[in-house]
Amino acid sequence: MRRRIYLIVLAALLVVTLGVAGCTPKPAQENTAGPASAEVVKVGWIGSLTGDQAVWGQCELNTVKMMFEEINAKGGLLGKQVEVIGYDTRGDAAEAVNAVKRLTSQDKVAAIIGPNASGQAIAISSVLEEMKVPDIATVATNPKVTVVDGNVKPFNFRVCFIDPYQGAVAAGYAVDVLNLKKAAILYDVADDYSQGLTEFFEKTFVEKGGEIVAKEAFKSGDVDFRPQLSKIKEANPEIIFMPYFFKEVALSANQARELGINAVLMGGDGWPSDVLIEMAKDAIEGSYIVNHLDFNDPEVQGFKDAYKAKYGLAVELNGYMAYDAVKLLEAAVNKANSVDPITIKDALETSSVKGITGQITISKDTHNPEGKDAAIIKMVNGEYVFQQKYSTK
Amino acid sequence: MNWFYIKGILILSGINLLAVLGLSLLTGFTGLFSFGHAGFMAIGAYTTAVMTIHFHLPFMVALGVGGLAAALASLIIGKLTLNLKGDYFCIATLGLGEAIRLILDNVQYFGGARGWPGIPLHTSLLNVFIIDVVGIVFLAFLIRSRHGRNMIAIREEELASQIIGIDVFKYKMKSLMISALYAGVAGGLYGHYLGFLQPKMFQIIKSTELTIIVIFGGLGSISGSALGAVILTALPEALRSFDKWRLVVYGAAVIFIMISRPQGLMGGYEITPTNIKCFLFRFVKKDKKHQGMGGR
Repeated sequence: MRRRIYLIVLAALLVVTLGVAGCTPKPAQENTAGPASAEVVKVGWIGSLTGDQAVWGQCELNTVKMMFEEINAKGGLLGKQVEVIGYDTRGDAAEAVNAVKRLTSQDKVAAIIGPNASGQAIAISSVLEEMKVPDIATVATNPKVTVVDGNVKPFNFRVCFIDPYQGAVAAGYAVDVLNLKKAAILYDVADDYSQGLTEFFEKTFVEKGGEIVAKEAFKSGDVDFRPQLSKIKEANPEIIFMPYFFKEVALSANQARELGINAVLMGGDGWPSDVLIEMAKDAIEGSYIVNHLDFNDPEVQGFKDAYKAKYGLAVELNGYMAYDAVKLLEAAVNKANSVDPITIKDALETSSVKGITGQITISKDTHNPEGKDAAIIKMVNGEYVFQQKYSTK
Repeated sequence: MNWFYIKGILILSGINLLAVLGLSLLTGFTGLFSFGHAGFMAIGAYTTAVMTIHFHLPFMVALGVGGLAAALASLIIGKLTLNLKGDYFCIATLGLGEAIRLILDNVQYFGGARGWPGIPLHTSLLNVFIIDVVGIVFLAFLIRSRHGRNMIAIREEELASQIIGIDVFKYKMKSLMISALYAGVAGGLYGHYLGFLQPKMFQIIKSTELTIIVIFGGLGSISGSALGAVILTALPEALRSFDKWRLVVYGAAVIFIMISRPQGLMGGYEITPTNIKCFLFRFVKKDKKHQGMGGR
């Protein structure tokens, strides 16, 4: 008998889940702030709500929701209330494709914001083109997200600068401003972002007359970097470029100092995080970071405080990028004077908006924000201290 | 529910189904656990993409080449590892899957870890469906043949089957190669479905997913594997309304099913016309005689 009961419960559970899944969540919860409006325009968001990048994804979704609540309170987009639909991709390309298929065909969104990872942003482009819905990626820095083999992908846009630019800025700043000529690179061989930055840092650094004295690799998940760091120590570099994410940065920076390496450390936009300061405050003292914005800029504070007040958490870097993606979308919709996806896409191609991370002017040829300065940040006493805006040609 | 969305899930289920079928032969029928099948999928995916992009082969031919490449890789690996017993073989495949991924991470010709965009989209519901049907029919005949029976004998009692004269190593090898062939073709379909390949897609988590589906569907059952693949691929999508708790619910559902049916969904049974008839007949009989079904 027990087996039968189990089976019945199981069948009931399956039926209930399918039933729940069948009806899409009611839009009511998203636009309670605004006045009741007959017309609702839907905006999609995709990214990691589960998996190792969940912290960033959650922050993006929170930001997007918060921004559209504000817009709704002010009367919405072109007088229409906005509903945000966020789907999880758990950092998987196939899931991202599923999510976009659902957003474009079932929910019929006007535009999509996200994802934050290049691998997912590239994989979804064929669906976007088929369904003709524009997407604004947040932190997908791989050049191939918007341009493949010289052809621009019509429905992919982004608000961040790209890997070649970031790598070139880091190398340019190291050689021209800091006047350091001997660099070592430690990078994550299993990570696309890390490989990209390494490639372009090396290229620019050598072009500018510097010398790469050591180039060592590890793979995601490693916790011991001493073998690689020992080799780097023998090469005696003046600067070590560490283009990977904060957890590994903290571990490798601590181990480097343990081994008595005194070289300046430098990293990209994978660094900024409170966890990094907690774990390696002393080790990264005096390091430089190439970032999208200056966290202490007075113009940023309004958003930072509003987010903290609403969610009780500090804003991650992705939050700022999501903020700009929403701003860009809002500007494009206003410019197009329509919520039709194709009209929005056309308007996006020539949109320009003052974002939180700088002026965002989308180039028609690349769908990237052109001429965006990077912010150079130095770690001083466990604080992110802004040095200067820096760009390289 | 929109057809465009459903179609996407069905294609993905079909691709997983094919990989799971292969693994089912190895794990379910030959009794060898593998945690490296994502590696064979990766080999198949990259080879197929090279064939269609650089050699301009028709998609079906390219898929065949991709599958053969995976089978060839398994031949080399099998020679080295198939003498290992039980858990040791399992660990060897685990290392192998990761090694293939890390090699691909380093090969800049394929885009390295940054991935390979711009792969033509050839995978459609039709060709996935046809390949799946061919795959299922072939496997069903194989299992019923002498070769299949020998594999099952090895699963049940390796030493005894060796004593009665079955070349255990040879049959393990055959099983592994066919299984890798299936995984390779599945990989090829996968790459041409997404239009993008990245070694990250073939992490150990993908291998485990496949093994979970085989066990979930029931070891030693082709229909169980097929059913499991479709259900477990569609389930995370069906659970989207749970938002960030989605994967927790997914995990809970799988655990619940495994507790209530430890032998898996089909538990070694097959869905064939005769079996369906027997099953229905049993219910009719039961109603007439008012017998309980309790116990096993």
